[in-house]
Amino acid sequence: MEIRYAKSHEWAAKEGDLYICGLSEYAQEKVGDIVFVELPETGAEVEQGAPFGVIESVKAANDLYAPLNGEVAEVNEGLEDEPELVNSSALKDGWICKIKSDDDSFSALMSEEEYKEFLKGQDE
Amino acid sequence: MSYIPHTESDRLKMLEQIGLETVEELFQDIPESCRYPELNIPDGLPEMVVKKRLKDLSDRNQSSDDALWFLGGGLYRHFVPSVVDAVLSRGEFFTAYTPYQPEVSQGTLQALFEFQTMIAELYGMEVVNASHYDGAAAMAEAALMALRCKSGRKEIVLDEGIHPEYIEVMETYLAGSDALMRKGRPDDNSACFITANPAFTGEIRDLKALAEECHGVGALFIVHADPLACGLLESPGVCGADIVTGEGQPLGIPMSYGGPSLGLFATTKKLIRKMPGRVVGRTMDAGGRAGCVLTFSAREQHIRREKATSNICSNQGLMALAAAVYMAAMGKQGIRETARLIYDKTAYASLTLGQLEGFSVDQGSSCFREFILSCPSPAADIADALQKKGIFPGLALSRFEASEYRSAYRENDLLVCVTEMNSKDEIDRLAKALTAAAKGNM
Repeated sequence: MEIRYAKSHEWAAKEGDLYICGLSEYAQEKVGDIVFVELPETGAEVEQGAPFGVIESVKAANDLYAPLNGEVAEVNEGLEDEPELVNSSALKDGWICKIKSDDDSFSALMSEEEYKEFLKGQDE
Repeated sequence: MSYIPHTESDRLKMLEQIGLETVEELFQDIPESCRYPELNIPDGLPEMVVKKRLKDLSDRNQSSDDALWFLGGGLYRHFVPSVVDAVLSRGEFFTAYTPYQPEVSQGTLQALFEFQTMIAELYGMEVVNASHYDGAAAMAEAALMALRCKSGRKEIVLDEGIHPEYIEVMETYLAGSDALMRKGRPDDNSACFITANPAFTGEIRDLKALAEECHGVGALFIVHADPLACGLLESPGVCGADIVTGEGQPLGIPMSYGGPSLGLFATTKKLIRKMPGRVVGRTMDAGGRAGCVLTFSAREQHIRREKATSNICSNQGLMALAAAVYMAAMGKQGIRETARLIYDKTAYASLTLGQLEGFSVDQGSSCFREFILSCPSPAADIADALQKKGIFPGLALSRFEASEYRSAYRENDLLVCVTEMNSKDEIDRLAKALTAAAKGNM
């Protein structure tokens, strides 16, 4: 499964007809213990790079930015009771939502290698 | 620690650093005539004389303690147990600033935690914050919170009987936003519906019916509830309120010329992350000892300004403490009995005054603490005449101009306020005074 990343540290991967999205390992580690995830609403139109949710950790609340253009098809309701899944399983059980999108906005994201390169510049 | 910031030698050192010799040189850019002007201040007076002069001045004030007092309209004369002031005046509380640092502010934090807990019980709500400036600010914050909760809905709908000055505060809060305030009934464009219980004019509302109406159209139900009335009536939480605001002044805070007062704010667990203000929580430290800290503060103004749930950056810590001490001292039973006394005395007063020749009380439903007395002549004239005799019969409602958010009051309407402080004898004396005033015999 090809996984691609946004500069704002969200990931997306194609799953059937939909794109599944979440927060990157790097970002979940940076924000610390996550206590709440404000999920987008199902059916909401989202725009690549625009805020569509909030991640609240013990330290602060941070916006989540939509990695793709499209429509929210499904959200991970498990996060309502267990927001810490984003910390323990950022790329799997801690997924945020599924977006009905097009391949163009997906290919506009960074590849895994590019993201790794990008992160090298982040901590300097 | 010395509180004197700098000594003479410090000053000389600083002047030397910038190449000057005297302070006068430092100020030479200021025109000479302005530099050290002669002030027209009389010579000092002996302390005895000053005290006498101040006392003479303060004796000219009319205090609610010396008057026959039936004036309400937002701030009320209630009994304040002595213990409230005694605790409040302790230096640890009296001088404490905002309690951000749990390691030095356990006392304040714990007091706020107790305050939240007791207000939550009175209101029947799950969460209470550590207070707002006053009831009007709390109500306006509740309206903003409803807009956050119901994205896409822009309407704030007001019930009859919201305090006219609260409406003005809300107008200020909403100025510049695209939210729309209107009176009437909620519909599916409404983010919330706000009611007051009791209403500004004293009527007790049927909260359950209003809650149903609100939730039927998907709007939040906001109740501005008097905390003392909650000692007697079913709590707004039980009736289905989503947000409860209130003015906490009746809980052990004197009228003090109109302030400071105390804004109460409560909501449900579900909406806690949309709530403005700060919340004190109780937790355990690494050693297993209980401690209090600010919690849910990730969206606080000092952490995340642009995404903060509110721009309120202070709370009324000392007034919240007063309310906490009041509630603890009165206890459940005391608050209930006080509320009962107020209710019964209000009923007695409205019956008595409503039967006077030329006067009437039209409110059909029962009232708490206040009711409208319709007078035979303009209420302001009657109030003015009586006030000269040390009798404050109530608030002439002509003071409030008609607005698009509520019906106009009549010129002859007097809002009479009765609390547990008014004896039967006082109410009877007011009746006599009103009769005399109506006949022009004052």
